Amino acid sequence: MLPAAVGRSAPDLSGIVPGAVASATSHFFHHDRSCLFAATFKASIRGMAAIEVRNLCRQYRVYRKREGLLASVRGLFHREYETVLAVQDVSFRIEEGEMVAFLGPNGAGKTTTLKLLSGLVVPSSGTATVLGYVPWLREDPYRRRFSLVTGQKEQLWWDLPAQESFALHREIYRISETDYRRRLDELTEMLEVRRLMARPVRELSLGERMRMELIAALLHRPDVLFLDEPTIGLDVVSQRRVQEFLRRYQREQQITVLLTSHYMKDVEALCSRAIVINQGRLIHDGPLAAIIDRFSRHKIIELQFAANQVPQQLERYGTLLESRGPRVRLQVERHRVSESLAAILAQSEVEDLSVLERPLEDVIAELFSTDSGHAGAGA
Amino acid sequence: MNRPVRSGWSPAAALRLKWLVLRTAIEERLVYRGDFAFSTLVRFLPIVTQIFLWNAIYQNDPQRSLRGYKFGDMVSYYLLVMLARAFSSMPGLSTGIAGSIADGSVRKYLIQPVDMLDHLFWHRVAHKLVYYAVACGPFALVFWLCREWLPGWPAWPVMAAFIASLLMGFAIGFLIEAWIGLVAFWFLEVSSLIFIYMMLSYFLSGHMIPLEYLSSWLPFVEVLPFRFLAYTPAAILLGRIPASQLSGELLLQLGWIVFLLALNRLTFRLGVRRYSSWGG
Repeated sequence: MLPAAVGRSAPDLSGIVPGAVASATSHFFHHDRSCLFAATFKASIRGMAAIEVRNLCRQYRVYRKREGLLASVRGLFHREYETVLAVQDVSFRIEEGEMVAFLGPNGAGKTTTLKLLSGLVVPSSGTATVLGYVPWLREDPYRRRFSLVTGQKEQLWWDLPAQESFALHREIYRISETDYRRRLDELTEMLEVRRLMARPVRELSLGERMRMELIAALLHRPDVLFLDEPTIGLDVVSQRRVQEFLRRYQREQQITVLLTSHYMKDVEALCSRAIVINQGRLIHDGPLAAIIDRFSRHKIIELQFAANQVPQQLERYGTLLESRGPRVRLQVERHRVSESLAAILAQSEVEDLSVLERPLEDVIAELFSTDSGHAGAGA
Repeated sequence: MNRPVRSGWSPAAALRLKWLVLRTAIEERLVYRGDFAFSTLVRFLPIVTQIFLWNAIYQNDPQRSLRGYKFGDMVSYYLLVMLARAFSSMPGLSTGIAGSIADGSVRKYLIQPVDMLDHLFWHRVAHKLVYYAVACGPFALVFWLCREWLPGWPAWPVMAAFIASLLMGFAIGFLIEAWIGLVAFWFLEVSSLIFIYMMLSYFLSGHMIPLEYLSSWLPFVEVLPFRFLAYTPAAILLGRIPASQLSGELLLQLGWIVFLLALNRLTFRLGVRRYSSWGG
């Protein structure tokens, strides 16, 4: 691994380096980490990426079973398989210290991508490097520098108190006694679980267990953290606690985080950049706010009319979301906002009005429930 | 990155990790003390039934020799086989590995810088140590009750060979069952494979009857690793393997360990390559 100073002090010329050159150097150099000169050269021309993914593909062959007993018997002699393209030609780059949301509907390929980056599965084609390592080679130096946290029980011994698992982690990751004590103190304090350290993991609530999983994942101070639905199934209080912890921890430690979540509140609170994937293909990579600009086909107009001045047939301008006394909320197609407003103002007396973007959650839901994701593919 | 890269492998660190896995697994094992104590005691029931069975077979003439075994020889053989099986049987190992592959929890070993096989080995050592701690009392009682049939203390080279054979039997049992578990990378369900293994090992290890009964019509049992799970340690202590052949026998056992270890490593490597990380 290249010393950070080299990467950080080097000017980031990624914008002016031709893509083809960058791609070629990336492919060659990342597969030979022993070549310090090559890595230095690469870092000096592009800056330091914590995660770099190029044309990553992963397909699965899945047994296709037809319905019924007869089909089951037939399946003993002749099996039909179908190929599922879980990840298709995905490329992105994440800089050190970035916290990026990885969004997509169920089955979009988010978790498969995280599994590829964690070295759990091997890609069908394409390349990826995390901290300069090829993840699926599962080299110990790499495994000491990242963590994967999912909503499932992962790292803790179920029948023992979490402190036993943490002690084991200390040896697995070779953390010095002083560092271990200090980090454990900090993390248990921040996550408010100190009183639970001696309780068997199976007797903890889901939220408490998730916080313990986070401690286990962070004790060795990973440089990269993959979070796969870290707040799934948690109540609002636990969700917020985990969310606040992640924000604070990332800010203080400047680690690189790739987060998948279906809770847009998590995403909005933690990330400013989002990568959106649908049906295995990357459809957006940029600021979170740009998702709304790019994919939202509607805006919300909030109006407050003067007393008894609410006009009839407001539905002709868009969808009437709410009408309470003189206050009305309308969802209008983006390109018809000015025209609709002009018409409404011409026929009624309006005391107050505002034009708002739709909530990110609604935009994402709409994006994933229609084929518009496909339309944007490759963009 | 500005964080220092952690130090590389060192024997002391590796030993500390093994010790901690062992210690943690012992602690875990002691959690379910009721179930554990009960299952340990239940395992002694077959000893009693086997002694009754052979007693019935020999009842007319206890001095009659069947394939070189008189009644007393058969009882002592069976007691020693039980002791050997206490080392070489690995309840739940294959199903545990296969289950972790099926439900995705195996990913812990892929993500963390640990060696799964090594981790499971020390886990199993811990289980066995706790088992022996509980079972040594009942074992001593049964051996004491059957003392009239047992041979006297053997010469120390035979005793040393017996202990070495027991320990290597543990390794062979572990490696065979771990390998069956790893097959789950290809076939998620391995229960039928485990069933076949249990059947085969019951016959071919000498657990059911001494291998002298089988070797005349199944000569290949001599070359299979199953006999090291039960027959060989018992036969060593009973003096059925001449002293001149002891070292060859132990070397063969060691050879099987090396082969099975290599097979496990290869299977794990290939299995992980095709692993799809099911289970979310």
